[in-house]
Amino acid sequence: MRYLPHSDHERAEMLGVIGAADIDSLFSAVPKRALKSFDLGLPAHSPEFLVEAHMRALAGKNRAGADGPFFVGAGAYRHHVPATVDHLIQRSEWLTAYTPYQPEISQGTLQMLFEFQTQVAKLTGMDVANASLYDGSTGTAEAVLMARRLTKRNKIVLSGGLHPHYRDVVKAYLKDDTDLQCLSASPEGQGDILDHIDEQTAAIVIQTPDFYGHLRNLKTAADAAHAKGALLIVVITEIVSLGLIEAPGAYGADIVVAEGQSIGNALNFGGPYLGLMATRKEFIRQMPGRLCGETVDAEGQRGFVLTLSTREQHIRREKATSNICTNSGLCALAFSIHMALLGEAGFTRLARLNHARACKLADALAAVGGVDVLNKSFFNEMTIRTSQPAAALVERLAARGILAGVPVSRLEPDDPSVANLIVLAATELTTDADIAALCAALAEELA
Amino acid sequence: MSMNNQGRPTGIGTSSFASSTGSALLPNEPLLFEIGDTEHSGVDLPDVTISGSRLGGFERRMPLDLAGLTEPEAMRHYVRLSRLNHSIDSGMYPLGSCTMKHNPRLNEKMARLPGFADIHPLQPASTVQGALELMEQLSHWLMTLTNTAAVALTPKAGAHGELLGMMAIKAAQEAAGQGHRRIVLVPESAHGTNPATAAFLGYTVKAIPARSDGTVDVQAVRDALSPEVAAIMLTNPNTCGLFEPDVIEIAEAVHEAGAFFYCDGANFNAIMGVVRPGDLGIDAMHINLHKTFSTPHGGGGPGAGPVVLSQALAPFAPVPFVRKGAKGLELVEHAQGEALGRITAFQGQMGMYVRALTYMLSHGGDGLAQAAQDAVLNANYIKARLAHAFSVPFGDCPTMHEALFDDSFLAGTGVTTLDFAKALIDEGFHPMTMYFPLVVHGAMLIEPTESESKQTLDHFCAVMEELAADAKAGNAERFTSAPLKAPRRRLDETRAARSPILKWERPEETLKAAE
Repeated sequence: MRYLPHSDHERAEMLGVIGAADIDSLFSAVPKRALKSFDLGLPAHSPEFLVEAHMRALAGKNRAGADGPFFVGAGAYRHHVPATVDHLIQRSEWLTAYTPYQPEISQGTLQMLFEFQTQVAKLTGMDVANASLYDGSTGTAEAVLMARRLTKRNKIVLSGGLHPHYRDVVKAYLKDDTDLQCLSASPEGQGDILDHIDEQTAAIVIQTPDFYGHLRNLKTAADAAHAKGALLIVVITEIVSLGLIEAPGAYGADIVVAEGQSIGNALNFGGPYLGLMATRKEFIRQMPGRLCGETVDAEGQRGFVLTLSTREQHIRREKATSNICTNSGLCALAFSIHMALLGEAGFTRLARLNHARACKLADALAAVGGVDVLNKSFFNEMTIRTSQPAAALVERLAARGILAGVPVSRLEPDDPSVANLIVLAATELTTDADIAALCAALAEELA
Repeated sequence: MSMNNQGRPTGIGTSSFASSTGSALLPNEPLLFEIGDTEHSGVDLPDVTISGSRLGGFERRMPLDLAGLTEPEAMRHYVRLSRLNHSIDSGMYPLGSCTMKHNPRLNEKMARLPGFADIHPLQPASTVQGALELMEQLSHWLMTLTNTAAVALTPKAGAHGELLGMMAIKAAQEAAGQGHRRIVLVPESAHGTNPATAAFLGYTVKAIPARSDGTVDVQAVRDALSPEVAAIMLTNPNTCGLFEPDVIEIAEAVHEAGAFFYCDGANFNAIMGVVRPGDLGIDAMHINLHKTFSTPHGGGGPGAGPVVLSQALAPFAPVPFVRKGAKGLELVEHAQGEALGRITAFQGQMGMYVRALTYMLSHGGDGLAQAAQDAVLNANYIKARLAHAFSVPFGDCPTMHEALFDDSFLAGTGVTTLDFAKALIDEGFHPMTMYFPLVVHGAMLIEPTESESKQTLDHFCAVMEELAADAKAGNAERFTSAPLKAPRRRLDETRAARSPILKWERPEETLKAAE
């Protein structure tokens, strides 16, 4: 077996040093009836070329994004990742290092995390950011719990524009919690959340651009929340939007949670992704997740360490702010490298390009009979109402080689009012030919 | 200094770190913000103008102030930074409980096939049949290796898996009218995530003391069990590197009391293919794909923590999961009945599923069992080689995949476990896990994994012996001043926590804030 260095001769020699008769004697604590008492019936070890053939066959049964027109978004976005990013993150020293618990020999990872935290703080316009969480959805649940700790209040109100998966994750985390109020879907971008804030409210959660693509007014939301002593949690699933849209920090957001996948990370069928979390300076001791901080070494040289770990499970055990034990380090590295390659100039251009492609898509869709574009505002994603049920329509378009977006009913099967809605995204990778192909196919299907 | 179109200075780099210092192959790399600026970019994108934007009046006004680098500059910045890290590929990484084994590059290559990397989680199921098949195959391997009835793939990491497993237990008990059970038993030697997870779900944590031999006493568990107890969270092999000899009796006692057995599977690497946890009576166990199945640790994640479930808990698995339907495989995305719903957006860590299955197919069932046995052989070899110079807390019994020492061999030397670990850095090794488990004084927990050759182990043991002899000989200075040869000397963690600096600010902003 190519990954195992010992020869049988060496194994025997080592057993001799140990003073063990055979390998089974090292497993003497295992109850006899449980030790090797079975035939697994699994295939035997396999040469690299056969494993590769097996995996290629599986991959070959999937329709990749590059195979044709592609408009799927709804929380994960298909962007170009520079070749440099993927090369760098595969360097041994990044890929095969552990959590930087020994800072003297982990300064690469630590300095990168410090740079990453700075980038996220600047993007969101917040004071501080952590070293990343699993993804945007679990980050949203963590933000809700953080708001409860900060306000010592329990009521949480989720906007009807929040990604339904994110809402479902919050529901699972707060199982059977009567203080959780989930507003019904708002595909027209209608804002009804402000009426639900009261003196018991810990936080309101608003996504912008929301699940349906609308941009939400964070200024009025922040003011209304703060007037009652509640916090505003802002959720962003398309981080590229911050290249064109005002930073939530500028409006007075208290906690910002985002999915960072769009920068540096491939679609990967849903993961691994990258949760971003940023907040106000005075809230850091209630923030979950790892934090990297600057310090000096014994010779006064600048260096970086994981810090404020007294919040975390390995120190606080049952009193920790969260049970989280890891971040999404390599995804954060990919994000940070891609963001460094973009810089302010490149990031702004990327955002403008996305918006321009989406404007083109919206105008083309509006001209198709049987299609209504619901959005007055959007960044790179929008919702259409079609004259036929969306799920079957999307399936028919897929059969024609076009991935036309996400039928809302897939995420909201119990809400008949969304049965004819499709959420579509455009990115810098969306071509004029893609848009033309989609609109022609839609026109034929809806004729 | 130039100005951009907002009238702001574009030159970010102004500090004394603006040029690299350091020596030979040990660079002292400035921060990104000290070498980049807002004008430079490493991507070529068309500069489009938008007529009639649809941004609803929410255009960005706050400066982005993001430093950019051209491609050659970025390459050098990140390559130079990377050289400040220790890694598995460059040397032994014997961190106990972390399973730092070799990360095969075939895994990486497969995860990047467009059919896996370039597919969207919400594409129609008809266009991702291969991905669903892969999830099924991975599930089959995990259930077979553990002899369990179901598996929930979606948890994003081990701690997330623990959370899911305990949520499933809670849901099952509520469905059975047993929601009043509020206590979770956790042995003292447990990972910190166990009590944190139980507390997160509102349970009261009750500690079970360890026996003098480092294992859990079935009588202590029996004494702690009551109609209020919801579950026990037990790590097996445990954090002392020992297999719990009474695990079956413990499982039986827990089940008799109407409680569930959550097994922390962090140490599954010691027994995969050799012992099936389902045969021991577990109800739920997370498996860290990034430990046992070689997906890279990546400097701290992303991990993946699928949870295997017993027949009793299977109905409470979260969505989504794969099932066979009329038109091939389909994803069940909405919870039915008592199930606990969804714990993450989308399908979990697909990129890790690909790597883990690639690793499993490479090893085969026979190779996985051999890997577990080699991991145990290596740990026992280290223990046997070092027992004379170090102090062994739990006597002569064989260990599993980890060798655990306490610090009594350092008594009177003025050298602590921390000092000893830092001295190991100067010898080219990553330190072992220190001060964990908490039940052993000044613990040194060494997990070599199966990836280390006999030659490497011999070298490691020789270095450890020499260090122990030097500490006992009174050369405390070598230890207390270590590391001397690393990119940094010891870092001031107290200062970092007292007045946290968590992001870079322009020197003039820092000055202004101090005034």
